Amino acid sequence: MKLRNAFLAPTAALMLLTLVAPMAIIAVYSFLTRGAYGGVEQPWTIENFTRLWDPLYLTILWRSVWIAALSTALCLLLGFPLALFIARSGKRKNLYLSLVILPFWTSYLIRTYAWMSLLRDTGLINVTLQSLGLIKEPLPLLYNNGAVILGLVYAFLPFMVLPLYATLERLDNNLLEAAADLGARPWETLVRVTLPLCAPGIRAGAVLVFVPCLGTYLTSDLLGGSKTVLVGNLVQNQFTNSADWPFGAATSLALMAVATVLLFAVRRRGEELL
Amino acid sequence: MKRGLALYAVAAYAFLHVPLLILAVFSFNSSRFTVWEGFSLTWYRALLRDGDLIEASVNSLIIALGATAIATILGTLAAYGLWKRSSPWVAGSLYLSLVTPEIVTGVSLLALFQWIFRFVHLRLGMHTVILAHVGFSLAYVVVVVLARLRSFDPTLEEAALDLGANEFGAFRRVTLPYLAPSVAAAAMLAFTVSIDDYVITSLVAGVDSQTLPMVIYAMARRGVNPVLNAVSTMIVTGLGILIMVSERLRRS
Repeated sequence: MKLRNAFLAPTAALMLLTLVAPMAIIAVYSFLTRGAYGGVEQPWTIENFTRLWDPLYLTILWRSVWIAALSTALCLLLGFPLALFIARSGKRKNLYLSLVILPFWTSYLIRTYAWMSLLRDTGLINVTLQSLGLIKEPLPLLYNNGAVILGLVYAFLPFMVLPLYATLERLDNNLLEAAADLGARPWETLVRVTLPLCAPGIRAGAVLVFVPCLGTYLTSDLLGGSKTVLVGNLVQNQFTNSADWPFGAATSLALMAVATVLLFAVRRRGEELL
Repeated sequence: MKRGLALYAVAAYAFLHVPLLILAVFSFNSSRFTVWEGFSLTWYRALLRDGDLIEASVNSLIIALGATAIATILGTLAAYGLWKRSSPWVAGSLYLSLVTPEIVTGVSLLALFQWIFRFVHLRLGMHTVILAHVGFSLAYVVVVVLARLRSFDPTLEEAALDLGANEFGAFRRVTLPYLAPSVAAAAMLAFTVSIDDYVITSLVAGVDSQTLPMVIYAMARRGVNPVLNAVSTMIVTGLGILIMVSERLRRS
């Protein structure tokens, strides 16, 4: 047991330094006042939190929530059939699964840039449509909510497919056969047996997609431009351009609170990551 | 239904992979516009002459290798410790670090560093980036190694202890060799998440520690640039190979 404690100590210390201490600082800053030259100063106040209710910021919060929710719904819609396909593909399962995992690990930044270069005015989509004579002026595909949602679905689809696949994989085939024996058609079995049994996977996938979408910064920054400012961009802006650290800290805390509550709610016993 | 599902899967995989394939194809285009004019390596030659890009790549490699080495060693030890007896605090904080939005991790680390710098004469630089990277990649290492430990038979360690090994000896000579493939896989994942990070890095980097993703981001913001296609293709290919090897090791 001494060895175990010694082995855990450095990681515990690092978590204190890189996670707990930074969060504590943010928590303290969120109750302070913005300093004259950036930074923070006294007096203590709760004004940073009440400011979040300002219509200007409520618009941003609301936009973040509906964009994240819509992206999550689209991931579920697109991810479920894919997970079903992988779970039913027998020997090739591992290959098909790797094809989903691969983009999940390869550079988020570059994958976002790939969509930038496809969607821009002189990108492949517009150039192709123009050369086919279907459009005269390039379509405004980039720098809007649609582009951000597309980017989010593209980036986080694997987060949905993996938990869905995990539950589908463990599904008891006897139940499906029983449904078929009792006269259910394949579609009926899917909707009335498979889908309800997948509820834990759907719940896990939904949270795993919703949380990073809600806190996204890069996707909205690159694909949304100045038109689609989300909470993540608001936070970043407070710590850089506007230099209003206390307000940025309060916004971070609010974002963190929502994310933590959601994630610990789906982290069920026996299915824990750690 | 089976047919439909397979057709759908083809479309879904196309959605996941074609954007990067197009990027790769156009990195070999001799024209700088989105019209294919012929095969050329112009942009790859241009990137080799780009001083900023080379310097940033070197920085990124130093940071990623440093952070990976530290995170892999400490994360492996921590996984073993958690396997012996779980600790809700350590496990909980690792889980939290995994799910904290990157932007929040970034600004909170920035706030901490700036606060520390009031008392210590230091500045943002490679060291702060490496520390931040160790912080967010530790959890990945622990998850991967812990998964492997779950299939480890503890009686093997007990046998080693009975035969006279001390606790550390049993870990080093019996458990660690069993874990080796997962440790290698974990290191590759840690390297991948480190070399790829933009959001956290850009907040805690100093003027002398520009990383590759930071340069890529700046280039992407400026717009059309075929050199960027070439860089991206090289990175995606490199990381792709690393991930495939890591996956294979993890499953073995």
